Amino acid sequence: MSLLEVENLHTHFITRDLGNRIRVATALNGVSFAVGEGEVVGIVGETGAGKSLTAMSVIGLLPPAAKVVAGTARFAGDDLLAMSPATLNRLRGDQITLIVQSPKTSLDPLKRIGDQLVRIQKAHRAVSDDEARRNAVEMLATVGIPDPEQRARAWPHELSGGMAQRVLIAMALVNGPRLLIADEPTTGLDVTVQAQILDLLMELVQARRLAAMIITHDLGIVAHYCHRMAVMFAGRIVEQGKVADIFKRPAHPYTKALIASTPKQIAARGYAKVGGLPPNLYALPSGCHYRDRCPEAEAACTTEPPLVTVRDGQRALCHVVARGTRVQ
Amino acid sequence: MSSSAPLVTVEGLVKHFPGPRAGQVIHAVNGVSFAMTAGETVGLVGESGSGKSTIGRAVVKLITPTSGKIVFDGQDVSKTSPQAARPLRDRMQIVFQDPYGALNPRMTVGNLIGELLKLHTELDREARAVRVREIADQVRLSAELLTRFPHELSGGQLQRVCIARAIATRPKLIVLDEPTSSLDLSVRAGILELLRDLQRDTGVAMLFISHDLDTVRLVSHRILVLYLGMVVEEGPSAKVFEHPVHPYTQSLLSAHLPPDPDERLARHVLSGEVPSAVRLPSGCPFAPRCPIAMPVCSQARPAMEMPATGHQVACVRVKDGSYRLPDSARRNVGDSVSHARG
Repeated sequence: MSLLEVENLHTHFITRDLGNRIRVATALNGVSFAVGEGEVVGIVGETGAGKSLTAMSVIGLLPPAAKVVAGTARFAGDDLLAMSPATLNRLRGDQITLIVQSPKTSLDPLKRIGDQLVRIQKAHRAVSDDEARRNAVEMLATVGIPDPEQRARAWPHELSGGMAQRVLIAMALVNGPRLLIADEPTTGLDVTVQAQILDLLMELVQARRLAAMIITHDLGIVAHYCHRMAVMFAGRIVEQGKVADIFKRPAHPYTKALIASTPKQIAARGYAKVGGLPPNLYALPSGCHYRDRCPEAEAACTTEPPLVTVRDGQRALCHVVARGTRVQ
Repeated sequence: MSSSAPLVTVEGLVKHFPGPRAGQVIHAVNGVSFAMTAGETVGLVGESGSGKSTIGRAVVKLITPTSGKIVFDGQDVSKTSPQAARPLRDRMQIVFQDPYGALNPRMTVGNLIGELLKLHTELDREARAVRVREIADQVRLSAELLTRFPHELSGGQLQRVCIARAIATRPKLIVLDEPTSSLDLSVRAGILELLRDLQRDTGVAMLFISHDLDTVRLVSHRILVLYLGMVVEEGPSAKVFEHPVHPYTQSLLSAHLPPDPDERLARHVLSGEVPSAVRLPSGCPFAPRCPIAMPVCSQARPAMEMPATGHQVACVRVKDGSYRLPDSARRNVGDSVSHARG
């Protein structure tokens, strides 16, 4: 059993239009994946594919209009979606932690960073002030903040973007979580700083055998820092598997298009016809959501695509792939 | 002027901005020189605060440089104010990162493109409408979108509208400031292909500003690597990417993650971050972070050396060839991950 097991997750945005008619955006349409201990899973896809929404559904941090309408998300065997808010609150920030894209806005501007690290410990367990402070300074040192005793007294506005992201990582790890979710952890940071942060994050994940989910649009991060990856399109995982397998032998036409549109592939093979609009979540096409953009689409694609095992651990949701392989 | 004369010449460009506190000065650009010929794409690469956007804006006269000389199309425009530069704008255009922010939300796409023709050409209403459809076709924007408003279009379509506006007056130069950074990968590829085709068909020169090294490499003929508002390395794209000489370029390229798990990189991890442009380091701007800096590096700004034809590097170590970063400064990317992958 994996630490996190998400099964058939459906999340809808339910709103009303100007005429007070109910409108439903089917944002997640049956997402299933698992993350094991010591494993880093990358989730990629274009804007609106449901990458962040998947994470937010799992940890119960959805905006008011969004509702999980079906599915389970088991964390160490317990369904997170069925938990009371109080139980979930005890897990979040403790067993399950989140690192978001904008480090500056995620820190409390009116509290010194050391105090914020103390606060998150005291929120979850009985720990003395002295011990919490010692842990805080130790954690700041672990994430590579020079002069941690001094820096614990710094205000968030005194930190650079890279330092602020390190503090967020410290906050995410100080309670010893088992599952770490990083949503675009280095977007907006400079390349040389991004390298430092990702190396640090991965060292900590490996050393502590955490389960980690990295949500990103950057295939470079997935290629070099993740074990497995899931490719999302219009609220579904259209392909998942080991990173090396998917980059070398992508099966789903969307994954192929994604990899073909990296500058390196363009330089080698020229521009492929891959563009197109994301499908309308208020009126998704029947069957495969990618079929309007898919160069390989056929008549069968108007019906639900089957989940096909391409090779050990690599699965794709596609009729065309199914014709070439055995159906699960 | 002869056809071989450069389209743009920038000499000793300096731009200061007022700092956060009274009396402080942000040294955004500190003596940048380069030239561009017609039909050429020059890539400006650097991290935030390296001055790349400021250079782009100075070239199209959105800001007036503190000092330095800019010659565009045979005309010295250094002292031209942004207002006085208006008549030049039919020959020079700029495309920004955020296309939605760059377009008037109350105008239709057709009017947004037509506005440029109204300002810069003598065409009457009918002729403009014809030309707008031509331009839309050129940027592969379907004609039905011309009656829509910006909020009805996707990011990729909006960026095509911005490019359509930029090419409407058949300019000689377009500055592209992070034109694809806010776009998804597959949409980005479409825009890059469009830019390549436009250059092939019209011979427009492009100054391409981006922090995305892969993209810059793909589109640029020549590259300028900037650090703290100074050019540290300049050369043909292939040369700079395959044989980076300046220690900063070496680290920058090695920190970058190619989207291919098989490409193993030995990496030079830089410590620290780009220092403040309020108090510039004396001497070489990179010296405080450079793993192989020598005492002389923080004393005087290094002169441009030429390790190969057309390739220029501002580093004192070029002379004796000792510019390679040592192996001790290296580590392998994602090693721990590859073990677990098995």
